[in-house]
Amino acid sequence: MAALENDSPLVQVLSTSGLVEPSEAAAEFMPYLDRLTEDDLRRFYRDMVVVRRFDKEAANLQRQGQLALWVPSHGQEAAQVGSAYATRPQDHVFPSYREHVVGMIRGLDLVDILRMLRGVTLGGWTPEEHGNFHLYTLVLASQTLHATGYAMGMQLDGTTATGNPETDEAVIVYYGDGASSQGDANEALVFAASYQTPQVFFLQNNHWAISVPVTRQSRTPLYLRAGGFGMPGTQVDGNDVLASYAVTAKHLDDARAGKGPALIEAMTYRVGAHTTADDPTKYRDPEELAAWVAKDPIVRFRAYLQGLGVEQDFLDSVDEEAEDHAADVRRRALEIRSPERSVIFDNVYAEPHPLIQEQKAWLDRYEASFEGGDA
Amino acid sequence: MSDTIVTETPVLKSAAPAAPAAASAAPATSANLPMAKALNAGLRQAMLDNPKVLMMGEDIGPLGGVFRVTEGLHAEFGDKRVLDTPLAESGIVGTAIGLALRGYRPVCEIQFDGFVFPGFDQITSQLSRMRNRHEGQVTMPVVIRIPYGGHIGSIEHHQESPEAYFAHTPGLRVVSPSNPHDAYWMMQEAIASDDPIIFFEPKSRYWPKGEVRFGASGIPLHASRVVRAGTDVTIVGHGAMVTVLVQAAELAAVEGISIEVVDLRSISPIDYGPILTSVEKTGHLVVAQEAYGFVSVGSEIAATVTERSFYHLEAPVLRVSGFDTPFPPAAVETHFLPSPDRVLEAVDRSLAY
Repeated sequence: MAALENDSPLVQVLSTSGLVEPSEAAAEFMPYLDRLTEDDLRRFYRDMVVVRRFDKEAANLQRQGQLALWVPSHGQEAAQVGSAYATRPQDHVFPSYREHVVGMIRGLDLVDILRMLRGVTLGGWTPEEHGNFHLYTLVLASQTLHATGYAMGMQLDGTTATGNPETDEAVIVYYGDGASSQGDANEALVFAASYQTPQVFFLQNNHWAISVPVTRQSRTPLYLRAGGFGMPGTQVDGNDVLASYAVTAKHLDDARAGKGPALIEAMTYRVGAHTTADDPTKYRDPEELAAWVAKDPIVRFRAYLQGLGVEQDFLDSVDEEAEDHAADVRRRALEIRSPERSVIFDNVYAEPHPLIQEQKAWLDRYEASFEGGDA
Repeated sequence: MSDTIVTETPVLKSAAPAAPAAASAAPATSANLPMAKALNAGLRQAMLDNPKVLMMGEDIGPLGGVFRVTEGLHAEFGDKRVLDTPLAESGIVGTAIGLALRGYRPVCEIQFDGFVFPGFDQITSQLSRMRNRHEGQVTMPVVIRIPYGGHIGSIEHHQESPEAYFAHTPGLRVVSPSNPHDAYWMMQEAIASDDPIIFFEPKSRYWPKGEVRFGASGIPLHASRVVRAGTDVTIVGHGAMVTVLVQAAELAAVEGISIEVVDLRSISPIDYGPILTSVEKTGHLVVAQEAYGFVSVGSEIAATVTERSFYHLEAPVLRVSGFDTPFPPAAVETHFLPSPDRVLEAVDRSLAY
């Protein structure tokens, strides 16, 4: 292990204190940072701060009984913001269930995510109308295959690898270190490699699958698995938003250019609980947590921006915007209405189905049979 | 006296090739084909009708599938429409879902019944629920073809009848043809449906020939049908079992017992109309299936017919099923699979009430 650490494969641009100190492995990715303007950098910071505050608000809503469950993303903001900004409008994004800010960057109203967690829908949004950000998938790694099939469809349609990066399509799919053990994740890598799909597998290694550490999932660094499937693998500092952006931009653009799929392992940490139903104090070493908190992605990027001379007014205005956004989310979350009971039966099938029709009619009659019951 | 409405006995109409050639000036309107060739003709027609229709599966390309059902399709349509996949059933179904999200209409071949279970999660947790989860904003026009059932003397995992697992799953439709003509048009209807369909092909019926009438059938995909009319007892089944039921009815006729045979064609939903009409006439119902009897399609039919036609029944609904054991070694499969004699044993019990 010592040899691995000395010969670090990690792509890192920013030091933990926010200085530009690219690792050796970062060299080939550095040109992609030239695409970024200062406005982009400010947007990165703003989105990370806004989503962390949103995360806290959503957890509070759950504690107050307003959500069935919350799935925090605290600590993983840089991996998500960097990779999301590396997508192009025509790309399709297949999330797992913790990629809130990716959705936001693709145009999703975060309240739509809360609708699912408030128990009023099993989905929450229409991907085509929200930046091709597909629905959350709760069975781990199932979405990796959907993403691969979708990318195969792009190939069949001839809408990728034409040589025009402004229109050529690609897919990015998010999953985690726990999901990496699932058969589906491995089958998706097999299919992607076989068909050379225009696709990036973005694996957030947040080190914990509920209570089970990543060491139980894999004896080898996860990015190294890519080679076994026949595709490039890159390990990136997932708490470094610039490195996350650059690595994803390169692999996505390679994918859309017809160079096939790639696997990115973003090293990050689930600072919060798995969900609001979890208690990480029962299984996690507080020193490990403290060490990762010291590598906080927002603190690091704020130091970097300050080094660039970004004014305090901007940083303060972002905090204010995050507060306003959280308050707005809370207000609108509480206004989410429950659906009509007909939602039980609607859309199970596209075409008429006698059993469903009979049961829907029966429930209507049953409800109407009570005094004051609605028909 | 029984009156045969639609005979199971194939009628030779012509010696036309499996699929009428596209360039042929006057394509045959019918042919005498085995079910495997009828399915092939149905798949081919669906691919000609809609460029979004794709075939996916293991060994379905140049080989044409282990049962040759896709034979010739790869040569005609190329490897962008007939995809030999890696050997991974979850991968086949999972990527088919992605292709369907993209607007394609994938037809997936699962090589044998017992190999569907690696894909079971993608079928039951994803494929069946995608439309519902998306609140109707997407459709999942995916057909999963599964050669199923016994009578072929094969090894473990090659003779199973797992239809109840899928019939139990909301969001799926489950069908199974019993003869070449139904196989031809039902395959096209299944591919045309916007819902996911599990298509169970009775592999023991792949090779007996029957008349296939090309062109639109005009029959709804889920319509059950009376195969043979009778007045004393109703017997119901699907797939390969229909042949067994017709044989049983012929044997019973010799003894003066008139049996009405209903071919379900569809296991989910079940078209109860012809079944209830028949039971109201006969007062006796026997349901036969190769599958295990416990928590089976036969159980469901017995319960529903009892609920809906209780006062017409003169005897309990009886089930003739595979035993609730793993499908046995082929050397003893004839004791496991319902035979005409076992069906008639149940008919006799029913009439004795």
